[in-house]
Amino acid sequence: MTPTYYLLLSALLFSIGAVGVLVRRNAIVVFMCIELMLNSVNLTLVTFARINGALDGQVIAFFVMVVAAAEVVVGLAIIMSIFRTRRTASVDDANLLKY
Amino acid sequence: MSILAQQAQLTAPPIDYGAVAPLLIILGAACVAVLIEAFLPRHQRWPAQVVLSIVALVAAGLALALYAGNSGPEGITTISDALAVDRPTLFLWGTLLALGLGSILLIADRSVEPGGAFLASAASRAAVGGGGGGVATGGGVGGGDPDPDRGYGSPDQAPTMQTEVFPFTLFALAGMMTFCAANDLLTMFIALEVLSLPLYLMCGLARRRRLLSQEAAVKYFLLGAFASAFFLYGLALLYGYAGSVRFSEIAAASAGSQKSDALLLGGLGLLVVGLMFKASVGPFHTWTPDVYQGAPTPVTAFMGACTKVAAFGGILRVLYVAFGDTRWEWRGVLWAVAIASMVIGAVIGLTQTDVKRMIAYSSVAHAGFLLLGAMSITAAGTSGTLFYLLAYGFTTLAVFGVISLVRGPDGEATHLSQWAGLAKRSPVVAAVMSFLLLALAGIPLTSGFTAKFAVFSAASADGMVPLVVIALIASAVAAFFYVRVIVLMYFSEPAPDGPTVTVPGAFTTAAITLGVLVTLLLGIVPTLALGWAGAGTFVG
Repeated sequence: MTPTYYLLLSALLFSIGAVGVLVRRNAIVVFMCIELMLNSVNLTLVTFARINGALDGQVIAFFVMVVAAAEVVVGLAIIMSIFRTRRTASVDDANLLKY
Repeated sequence: MSILAQQAQLTAPPIDYGAVAPLLIILGAACVAVLIEAFLPRHQRWPAQVVLSIVALVAAGLALALYAGNSGPEGITTISDALAVDRPTLFLWGTLLALGLGSILLIADRSVEPGGAFLASAASRAAVGGGGGGVATGGGVGGGDPDPDRGYGSPDQAPTMQTEVFPFTLFALAGMMTFCAANDLLTMFIALEVLSLPLYLMCGLARRRRLLSQEAAVKYFLLGAFASAFFLYGLALLYGYAGSVRFSEIAAASAGSQKSDALLLGGLGLLVVGLMFKASVGPFHTWTPDVYQGAPTPVTAFMGACTKVAAFGGILRVLYVAFGDTRWEWRGVLWAVAIASMVIGAVIGLTQTDVKRMIAYSSVAHAGFLLLGAMSITAAGTSGTLFYLLAYGFTTLAVFGVISLVRGPDGEATHLSQWAGLAKRSPVVAAVMSFLLLALAGIPLTSGFTAKFAVFSAASADGMVPLVVIALIASAVAAFFYVRVIVLMYFSEPAPDGPTVTVPGAFTTAAITLGVLVTLLLGIVPTLALGWAGAGTFVG
């Protein structure tokens, strides 16, 4: 099994995540799609670490996980606060700021 | 056994504490500020936080001046090459610390908005008030109704402010300083998140117009996280290409490589998307107007001034150190981005009716001008961009300071029609605002003119004459909407129920005065700052 397949898989996952961010309405689901993108990057990093025969990529993946966890904390807090105010987490309803 | 043997070989990287002292002071102060939030009683937090923040910023500035005075023009890298402390870094750090001081003063002010502009937990009250259809936008949800459960003061007292903004500001500032100095992509990514996460939260803390504020926070957060995912994928591809995320090694790998350029250019493209988003350049600007309008004005000032400095500091270093040798391959794309940014900012700015949105589109146009300087990989381009950042940062800070003074019954009066005839109500505020708008337009004797001149001449010397012509046209178009505000303030009759101009407290006055003075001085005697900006180049 060549590592290239893993690169293709992670590119596919990244694209699915990006499309999900663009088409989904619920803020939580949008956020999960962003997490999918971050994790696909982790897969890319680990694969490249394997190809290059160095550990850097795996270490970077750990950093990414920590950052993703911090982002969840902040993100859910913000989404919760707007949900409490509006009783909805749809990103289409948040439309007061425009033009 | 072999693991133990390896561990014995591990040595901690040497750290040049003198060089990174400003950064450590700000980070340390941010941690102490969190402890203050946790352990001090509510009424003591505001004075403690203000004193701590100001002392930390001044101490970091002194440490910076001390180091800059004792070190030579060539920079160093420290913490096993993760941070590069060279002349551009020192200049950007100084700019960030000074702008941070101004922002802290605006944020700390409690006289303009009684009790300060920040409140975290009015969400439940907003739901009662009219959360369903979003009709509560104009209503002062926080203002007069104190919440005794949460200890925001008794009914006859103005509620105290949410002092968490101070640690947030300090953490964001530390992230920005790291971002400018980062010498590899991983450090840059971590710094990007450290500067972004507090900003997302600060956007949602407005005392008035909670729905707008929260909407701005959600939009900023979702789009910001989306952009940092792109940045990260670019990082991964470049790691695959170069086998390292260090700028110098990416440059070395791209110099004499037989590998396909697909990974390099793909990685660079994705990386640039993430960076341009933070700098609110061109087609990646969509969050800018919404967030600038929705966020509390002191936070907008902080964001508009400091984030721009940090983001362009990072862009400059990445383009200069990591991709300087491959510039003929990416420059065409950045031409398109710069043109898009200048045109979008200038043209859409014309149609705006809200002052904060107008300044947001102006910042998009300015980002396009800045990109001109960042694209020319020359010493003149670097120093011109640095000077532009300094000038633009202080002008923006003062503009938002002035905007926070013009208030109606339900908070800030940001609609342009409410600004009609402002000169008759308050000649001083109108004069200051006119001066600042002229500086943004780039009229001689203001810093805007010198900065634009420095950047445009560097760009045309580096063979970007068509781009400079477009930039001049865009400046002329943008000048129209700045002048429109001035005309509105001076030559219109004030509305009978128009806004009042608050007499600012000492903090806001100090911040606005700082911004106006720097704008004026950089316009009249720019030599000193230009010399500092051009004192040295990036270390590899």
